[in-house]
Amino acid sequence: MGKIDKVITRYKKEKGGLVPLLQDIMREYGYLPEGTLKRIAQELDIPLSRVYGLATFYRSFSLTPRGKHLISVCLGTACHVRGAPRIVEKLERDLRIKAGETTKNLKFTLETVNCLGACALGPLIVIDGKYYGRLNSTKMDKVLKEYLK
Amino acid sequence: MKLKRPSDLVKARKSIQSRYDPKKTCVTVCCGTGCIASGAHDVAEAFKKEIGKRGLRPRVNLRITGCHGFCEKGPLVVIYPKRTFYQRVKVGDVKEIISQTILKGKIIERLLYVDPVTKKKIIYEDEIPFYKKQRRLIFGNNGRIDPTKIGYYIALNGYTALAKVLYKMSPQQVIDEIKRSGLRGRGGAGFPTGAKWQLCREQKEKPKYIICNADEGDPGAFMDRSLLEGNPHSVLEGMIIGAYAIGAEEGYIYVRNEYPLAIKHLQIALKQAQDWGLVGKNILGTNFSFRIKINKGAGAFVCGEESALIASIEGRIGEPQPRPPFPAESGLWEKPTNINNVKTWANVPLIINKGAKWYSRIGTKTSKGTMIFSLVGKINNTGLVEVPMGISLRKMVYEIGGGIPNGKRFKAVQTGGPSGGCIPASLIDLPVDYEKLTEVGSMMGSGGMVVMDEDTCMVNVAKYFLSFTRDESCGKCTPCREGIKQMYGILDGITRGKGKESDLGLLKELAEIVKDSSLCGLGQTAPNPVLTTLRYFRDEYLTHIRDKRCPAGVCQDLIRYSVIKENCIGCQLCNKVCPTKAISGKKKELQKIDQKKCIKCGACYDACKFEAIGVE
Repeated sequence: MGKIDKVITRYKKEKGGLVPLLQDIMREYGYLPEGTLKRIAQELDIPLSRVYGLATFYRSFSLTPRGKHLISVCLGTACHVRGAPRIVEKLERDLRIKAGETTKNLKFTLETVNCLGACALGPLIVIDGKYYGRLNSTKMDKVLKEYLK
Repeated sequence: MKLKRPSDLVKARKSIQSRYDPKKTCVTVCCGTGCIASGAHDVAEAFKKEIGKRGLRPRVNLRITGCHGFCEKGPLVVIYPKRTFYQRVKVGDVKEIISQTILKGKIIERLLYVDPVTKKKIIYEDEIPFYKKQRRLIFGNNGRIDPTKIGYYIALNGYTALAKVLYKMSPQQVIDEIKRSGLRGRGGAGFPTGAKWQLCREQKEKPKYIICNADEGDPGAFMDRSLLEGNPHSVLEGMIIGAYAIGAEEGYIYVRNEYPLAIKHLQIALKQAQDWGLVGKNILGTNFSFRIKINKGAGAFVCGEESALIASIEGRIGEPQPRPPFPAESGLWEKPTNINNVKTWANVPLIINKGAKWYSRIGTKTSKGTMIFSLVGKINNTGLVEVPMGISLRKMVYEIGGGIPNGKRFKAVQTGGPSGGCIPASLIDLPVDYEKLTEVGSMMGSGGMVVMDEDTCMVNVAKYFLSFTRDESCGKCTPCREGIKQMYGILDGITRGKGKESDLGLLKELAEIVKDSSLCGLGQTAPNPVLTTLRYFRDEYLTHIRDKRCPAGVCQDLIRYSVIKENCIGCQLCNKVCPTKAISGKKKELQKIDQKKCIKCGACYDACKFEAIGVE
């Protein structure tokens, strides 16, 4: 039995199991492939529109593959007043993508998040789970260079 | 080991306490998310290694704790029993701390906290003004407990409230006690908790559910996460007591997916509580059974709203429902459901243990107990602060928060997240409670408190919150979906120098319509940041509109960067970092910015070491 089947079987009969099911698929593949969503709709005997609705409503789901490195820029209020928008603009400029997009070579995905709750370190970004805090454009440059190598 | 009666709990507690010598040296390392982000894990690991290497294990304990609250100074290390306080500790400091402080009792000066007001160094944790002026009833144990081991919680009288409730109180007595305490919901709206429980208890339909709302979405608020990370059992105990009072069989904890550590600690705590017979079947040997499940949110701010949260647990899109019926009548799976915030649940064991009478003496006439605020933004001491309701903003900002960094002027405090408002400096003596905050146009919300200084543009802040609520609006009702978008458009125009004076009237009118006619709390409160900034900072709007100028130097279309002649030494650093090559000038000569090429990214401003780039 494939991984997807296992996940589907686990949640098939559970009340309210569709969101955790999609979360598990996300964790497995990094995104929600179209074919998988169709399979889920079939197996659970629900309209595909319902699965698609969930997949596009919640922020943590993605319909496109993510890059090797995930850069999350915190745009919480504390980070905002300390200059986070400039950090996003810089990353958008340097990576030549908009927030929410992935570079063509699948190396970086850039996203913004509402608050990471580490406000003392703002402006703050997280790359693959590693925190970089108290940033300005000069420091951001140094951090990004490590990953561009 | 399953506890079958209250005396088992007492025995367990005594046995744990007897194994713990309060005089023994114990190094606690704060490993809340903020400190981890600053490298606390590595510091803790270094302590573990060094203590082992030197054979100090019999003499020195190491304890990894949850968030202490003083995130600004992390990683934090506190050495018991004296509670010597070291801040911004690095791996390289560990050897010295052991050889000097732990073995010789010497203080390492450079790791001490310096009070920004008096400039004095402070050695002990309880003498630091940030802590001293707080009243940490809910949050205090965070620094003492290893959250991954239930024993620590039990040693500090954990689960005694549960035992008391199950063996000595009827469900109605519990509700009456909560009512008498005056506890109100800590999630935002401040509804009286006892009354909410009563409504759910009176429903005939079964089964009943309770939910812990840990979908902490307000940007700038992270106290729920810190409680779940640092003292998860206090929340579980509150929920179990609530379930007993209401008659619920099953509970859900709905946690934000962005909080992996909170989820992990909750899972561990839940498993341990089950093993000890404190959750599950026949709790503490009684007929009362109660299960708890953990649900991970999928990322939607609106799911903090009760009915949207319920929809999300049911596996649907998180769209709010019109009320009535209220969740107490028809909630999860259309059954009676009671939802409370993390902090509300954590207050419950405290009230049961100490009594409603004691609890209701803390706070103001209408707002009882303490509130945990996250004090963030332009403030010296960023962190989590627990204070009695009714404390003045001045005390929060200047005494606990240590004032504004870099000698800047205090301008406003924003409370209540995207639903709240901006309170101007002129109202700094306002006592903080539910009613007072609402009176000035803001709200308590979940306790976020973002401090702003003269460099913060209030029009930009209003626009920021609207872009937030615009993105997070679920789109179900028109006033919220379309109204916020239009308001955003007007504000965007103003920040780009395209505003008209008539915009302000239109903005206010739209704001009031969205407020009055939206379906749920998100839309009903989304205009608050605009309304309060219009009320208190109208001049700033007018400067943007009439003079096409942003006094705080934030709105990109209205500012320009230039080189300050007197300060420029011609190092060319700005020249090198400029992404559009807008800066020219020879080495050791004055640099010049070509305004046509400048995209106002601020790279030169950040790079210059001589304060030679000005913003106007």
